[in-house]
Amino acid sequence: MSPTYSEESRELAFQEAIDSDRTVEPRDWMPERYRSTMIRQIAQHAHSEIIGMQPEGNWITRAPSLRRKAILLAKVQDEAGHGLYLYAAAETLGVERRELTDLLIAGRQKYSSIFNYPTLTWADVGAIGWLVDGAAITNQLALTKTSYGPYARAMVRICREESFHQRQGFELLAELSRGTKAQHEMAQDAVNRWWWPSLMMFGPPDTESPNTAQSMAWKIKRVSNDDLRQRFVDMTVPQAQALRLELPDPDLRWNEARGHFDFGPIDWEEFRQVVGGHGPCNQQRISVRRAADEEGAWVREAARAWEGRQQSRTSAA
Amino acid sequence: MGRPPAEPDVGCLSESDDWPLWEVFLRGRRGLAHQHVGSLHAPDPELALQNARDLYTRRGEGVSIWVVRSTEVHASDPDDQGPLFDPPADKAYRHPTFYKVPEDLQL
Repeated sequence: MSPTYSEESRELAFQEAIDSDRTVEPRDWMPERYRSTMIRQIAQHAHSEIIGMQPEGNWITRAPSLRRKAILLAKVQDEAGHGLYLYAAAETLGVERRELTDLLIAGRQKYSSIFNYPTLTWADVGAIGWLVDGAAITNQLALTKTSYGPYARAMVRICREESFHQRQGFELLAELSRGTKAQHEMAQDAVNRWWWPSLMMFGPPDTESPNTAQSMAWKIKRVSNDDLRQRFVDMTVPQAQALRLELPDPDLRWNEARGHFDFGPIDWEEFRQVVGGHGPCNQQRISVRRAADEEGAWVREAARAWEGRQQSRTSAA
Repeated sequence: MGRPPAEPDVGCLSESDDWPLWEVFLRGRRGLAHQHVGSLHAPDPELALQNARDLYTRRGEGVSIWVVRSTEVHASDPDDQGPLFDPPADKAYRHPTFYKVPEDLQL
């Protein structure tokens, strides 16, 4: 016998619950815009994990040792797992994974633009682990306190697993950096190429991020793009020193007054180009994903047919 | 290949050509109860267990797995939370702290 509430009073009650840090759970009433924002964000995050398997997956067959190959395999398998945790979280909001995959392949949902850059050398595997996963962890740690329960729980699990990803990347680069001159140069070249795109992973500056205010009010987002970016820079500079590698930014220096590192301007035009589909690998990433989906269709179909036959046998017996 | 993609903000619970959804429960170690950890798609119980092993126990998180078809889970309505769970609120005498006993006794 639950009373019926007007839309406004429900929204007010929803906001009050959020303000008092109550987690939103799947069967709770929620504003449609909260639901659609959450679906879009979780789906984009899931797609990023799945597409993110490609740049590193390219190097599995060429890993320089059995140890490195085993590590890389485990890492790429984790990315698949993280994608699946996230699709599962999205499905609690009333969409199906199938729909989300279709939207990705049709180019109607996005994934992190960082995965549209190519992995040119083995050192890129290290730079991705150290910088890209480092940036992802910074973002994801903040998301462990996001207001939607299933998303927050997936984040906790993912963060726990990703710390190995970052550490293996750091270790890989440290080895190269202290290796031969050519190895050191290869490591430096990878860092030169991945540094700026990693900073772009946090998204546009707060002044140009129109959805931030609503997402902050709903506690979907707990820390702003610029604050997360600063956190990442502050954390990474001493790590680069330990690696004896340079970060490619002449303006990077400690600012005593702010208590943070200052850094140079980000090329947002490049970001817009890559997000808009004109990065080096956009076409390739989607066509590989589409091929995997199409080539796997018969397996999904066969398994369903087998299950159907088992069912009819059981009911016949 | 299935239906044309729907708008992402339109909730959809209809059947597609994807495998059905299963809820996964793990026993972390002997002596603990199974706990819900997430869900996955699989065509049948056997593959649901295999997939759950691959997806949720890559680091030895479990010693036993349950999988249950998501459609078989019946849940209480969050809007009924009050009528359903409030009745014990005024029954403080169900808690040991309700009773005054000498502090120096182990009781």
